[in-house]
Amino acid sequence: MTADRRTQEGGSLPPAIELRKISKRFGNVQANQDIDLRVESGTIHGIVGENGAGKSTLMSILYGFYQADSGNILINGHTRKIKSSREAIEAGIGMVHQHFMLVDTFTVLENVMLGAEQSHLLKTSGAHARDALRHLADEYELKVPLDTLIGDLPVGQQQRTEILKALYRNADILILDEPTGVLTPQEADQLFRVLQVLKERGVTIILITHKLREIMDITDNVSVLRLGKIVSTQRTADTDMATLAELMVGRKLVTQSFDKVSNADADTGISVRNVTVTDERGLNRLNNISFDVRRGEIVGIAGVAGNGQSTLLELLSGIKSPSTGEFTINNHVVSTDAALDPARMRDIGVQHVPEDRLRLGLVKAFSAAESSLLGYHTKPAFNWRMFLKASTIREACKRLMVAFDVRPPDPKLKSASFSGGNQQKLILARELDKAPSVLLVGQPTRGVDIGAIELIHRKIVEMRDNGCAVLLVSVELDEIMALSDRILVMYEGQVVGSMHGSEADKTTLGLMMANALDQVA
Amino acid sequence: MNTSNVELPTWIEVVLIPLLNIFLALVFSGLIILAIGEDPIKAVGIMINGAFGYDEAIGYTLYYTTNFIFTGLAVAVAFHARLFNIGGEGQAYIGGLGVGLAFLLLDKHLPALLLIPIGILMAAVFGALWAFIPAWLQAYRGSHIVITTIMFNFIAASLMVYLLVNVLIMPGSMSPETREFDTAGWLPFMHELFAWFGVNITRTPLNMSFLLALVCCVLVWLYIWKTQWGYALRTAGHSEAAAVYAGINPKRIVIIAMCISGGLAGLVAVNEIMGVHHRLLLNFPAGYGFTGIAVALMGRNHPLGILVASLLFGVLYQGGTELAFEVPKITREMVVAIQGLIILFSGALALMLRPWTVRVWLGLTRQSAT
Amino acid sequence: MSSSLNKFLKPAIIGAVTALVAATTVNAADISPAVVFDMGGKFDKSFNQGVYDGVEKFKTETGIEYREFEVTNETQREQALRRMAQRGANPVLGVGFAQAPAMEKVAKEFPDTKFTIIDAVVDLPNVQSVVFKEHEGSFLVGVLAAMASESGKVGFVGGMDIPLIRRFACGYEQGAKHANADAEVIQNMTGTTPAAWNDPGRGSELSKGQFDRGVDVIYAAAGGTGVGVYQAAKDAGKLAIGVDSNQNYLHPGTMLTSMLKRVDVAAYNAFKQAMDDTWQSGIQVLGLAEAGVGWALDEHNEGLVSADMKSAIEAVSAKIVSGDVKVHDYTSDNTCSY
Repeated sequence: MTADRRTQEGGSLPPAIELRKISKRFGNVQANQDIDLRVESGTIHGIVGENGAGKSTLMSILYGFYQADSGNILINGHTRKIKSSREAIEAGIGMVHQHFMLVDTFTVLENVMLGAEQSHLLKTSGAHARDALRHLADEYELKVPLDTLIGDLPVGQQQRTEILKALYRNADILILDEPTGVLTPQEADQLFRVLQVLKERGVTIILITHKLREIMDITDNVSVLRLGKIVSTQRTADTDMATLAELMVGRKLVTQSFDKVSNADADTGISVRNVTVTDERGLNRLNNISFDVRRGEIVGIAGVAGNGQSTLLELLSGIKSPSTGEFTINNHVVSTDAALDPARMRDIGVQHVPEDRLRLGLVKAFSAAESSLLGYHTKPAFNWRMFLKASTIREACKRLMVAFDVRPPDPKLKSASFSGGNQQKLILARELDKAPSVLLVGQPTRGVDIGAIELIHRKIVEMRDNGCAVLLVSVELDEIMALSDRILVMYEGQVVGSMHGSEADKTTLGLMMANALDQVA
Repeated sequence: MNTSNVELPTWIEVVLIPLLNIFLALVFSGLIILAIGEDPIKAVGIMINGAFGYDEAIGYTLYYTTNFIFTGLAVAVAFHARLFNIGGEGQAYIGGLGVGLAFLLLDKHLPALLLIPIGILMAAVFGALWAFIPAWLQAYRGSHIVITTIMFNFIAASLMVYLLVNVLIMPGSMSPETREFDTAGWLPFMHELFAWFGVNITRTPLNMSFLLALVCCVLVWLYIWKTQWGYALRTAGHSEAAAVYAGINPKRIVIIAMCISGGLAGLVAVNEIMGVHHRLLLNFPAGYGFTGIAVALMGRNHPLGILVASLLFGVLYQGGTELAFEVPKITREMVVAIQGLIILFSGALALMLRPWTVRVWLGLTRQSAT
Repeated sequence: MSSSLNKFLKPAIIGAVTALVAATTVNAADISPAVVFDMGGKFDKSFNQGVYDGVEKFKTETGIEYREFEVTNETQREQALRRMAQRGANPVLGVGFAQAPAMEKVAKEFPDTKFTIIDAVVDLPNVQSVVFKEHEGSFLVGVLAAMASESGKVGFVGGMDIPLIRRFACGYEQGAKHANADAEVIQNMTGTTPAAWNDPGRGSELSKGQFDRGVDVIYAAAGGTGVGVYQAAKDAGKLAIGVDSNQNYLHPGTMLTSMLKRVDVAAYNAFKQAMDDTWQSGIQVLGLAEAGVGWALDEHNEGLVSADMKSAIEAVSAKIVSGDVKVHDYTSDNTCSY
């Protein structure tokens, strides 16, 4: 099955991790099947695969969250049973999760010590940890201010803290799960430099990601998982992105590129004028922001997560109202005194695909049919005043599922049982089906498989071509650049830069996102 | 092994695990009974016979069941909106006040056909009003509903003591209770109902409010799962953010859910005041409001489950009464302990046996798969 | 959940004692007595326990076993009384005024069974109703409290604010004012739920509050809550007055006296009379004259009661019996104006 074994040998050492015939099933789902994997000591090994390919299950087995149904794990040549994360740590495995496991109100030092105190006295533990961390910082060039609260640190520094945590526990094998999802391109580069240093010092690194560019840039070897099986392990240098993508999806991918349009004369769908949104704590989430989105145009909002993009979507979809200023959306003027709630927004043809599909876009415990009704339960099409038209709703859902290739196309299935990509397609289907005049889209392809991304992007562009004003928020620069006719960059609640989609380049955008363009220029 | 996300067939979740829990509780209860030198098998026999053995037993069991259905549904409706209504006790109490005030004013002047619907309505409206205040405080002032509903139980108790001792008391009465209502306001007993059809059954407190309780089960089921309002309520319960996104006002949902919940709790007064006591008296909710939490928990907040759980609690109450009656060594405190064990195992520890069951189930299915 | 259950199965009512003996003649050996305790339960350190003591005494003396049941909710009263009668129990003793409506129903259904109710009146030919003049006994301890008080302020801690307890409080107030017209009586009720009958912590708190306001003698009519009152008095070096049974022994030296309400005697008599075939239906009102209420003087409190006090009490006592001093009964008109 594994086509080629020409992986880079890390000297004469036994492989840091060797998995033999690992299988794991949940009910009817075979999550992992006969996985054989060698991760050579002192290398960076990439693991790629679509959602649901079994990456997380495999790593969870390695880290002791699950036990494999069959198969063996060898760490540095010795068979180990890993029944808990504690045992994984003892075996020298450290994990940096996608969502950090840090206590915001503790300092870096306290977070590192937490659960690995050397003494019952905090003071002694603290002194010991401080010493050890200073050593680590020197050795691996990992500088983090030890006495700052985690909550006050930028994301990149928080991630370093996670890495330090693992190293402090004597990890010599480090697993990173989608580490760059929350980073700016510059922060990601810094992370990769750190990983290179770690590798030079002999640490073995497993990098789980769906960004093939990162795989190409930094890994020595790469394995591709598909449908619970390893379909390829090879030297990164021997392959390329297109090949890897095909291996992941299992078919040839058409490279899509979309035409950029310039509709300077078209009507505006959204016109924001000097809007400020202040939250309960008195912070300005949006700070005197002004911009336009024309009909038949996709405007992409780039920016590091947390710089006001979410508030912008909430504002335009009616969840939040402006504290000062006003905006016009599909010819309706909205201000503090004349707010429109989300239900009204829908009525006037503003459709919203929310950023956080699990929190806003659907209800996990609902069936797909019920989730496909979210926001439209009061519409006469779906109820007889009181009672819901259950079969109509199911049929409508089925229709959406077929149109957007949601798999499996079963309206009775629980929303939570669908993969992220299929959930996203269902939400898009629900919103696009209503033929919006204004479309707000947040993170349309976050955690979505490559195969599904194609479809989602195509549908969004289709809406534009139908004359819809599209506002696209994404932290994926590639996505912004691929789709947007114009790009706005947000930083701390303000628009700090704008470019035409056809002229955009990653470096400039990255600097704008860090609000560092001036320093460079 | 993490088993919480493994899905089991419905019959295991809904039937087998609850039965195992009750069995386990009975085993522990048996040990206690054994420890005081009584025969546990005989004790269980007395309990079951005392709850089902003859028509009077069934009447009492179903009479208790009626109260538990009302309070269980009350807790469940609130819970579907992610609200924990601990105030069923006070809402039932104030529901009684509604019935009492209406009947003291009207019972001499109106026929039963008008009086009974008015009584039911007043019970529900007063119960709902008593829930409305904590709901409003939660929705618009952020006061936590668990705290406020608990406090409102005490306020209800104080209010009722004041009213019954000083205002509504029958003059010259020793007991803090109102005069007996005119028979026009009495809900017919089941034994009366059966007698109209020529069937003679033993007189018990079981009355027509049992039928009302069954109707409420159906109505709650329809409301929660089949109407657009129930859809909105469940959406808000599962995710406030999703509700806002969908254009549903979560504050309104809080108010609506609590008012329905309070109204259902208030209906306890229909059973107790209109059905059994025919006068307003102190402490008639007797803990049914609190037990409703356990009922809803056991019934998984589904009307059908609540019906079954209410029946179980009815059996526990009536069977426990018979047990204390027949076996002098088993005091009422022990009966409470046995009831407590069953609640503990089937409510609080409901998921205790699940991981084990999952393993057995997976083991079995894997064998059959290969 | 089980704790909330538990809480609500706790005492509901201050009991009263009724004994009832069947109107028909029975052979002494034939009687099979039964007692239905009320929500307080037979170990409530109060009325129900008084009844329990009385029927236990009967059992010890005669060797006749009795059936018993403790109710846990309103509906069980009727169920238990009927069940007792169905099982052929005779006489059936119901404890507390709350059982009156239930007994009225059941006694009609079983006209050949003797029923006795304590603390309430049920006017039926087969029911014996025993009620007490708690206001008279409370008057006496009120006099004693006012005489023992140096501050002129005496306190009262009741259980729940119900007419029965107001009768205690009103009699006490009259007694205190009788002995000292300037006496100030400070009253507190423990709570509004049945838990008020068994909340020593709250009793102790209320007592401390009253002590802080200058009170130096407290009378508790609050069931198990009284235990906390007596302890607080002992800790503060103040005086306390017990209720129902003789509680002087609890804290010799700080228990001024106890107001006696002889529910035990009433319960014992109900069974004994049925056995001796002297049981009669009708209403028995037990006051000072009938020795149904009184005050306790024993070796535990004789140091606290001076000769003056003793003679004063005896004089007042004689006047109440003779009718020269009238003690107002709160429940006669639901006011305490005298």
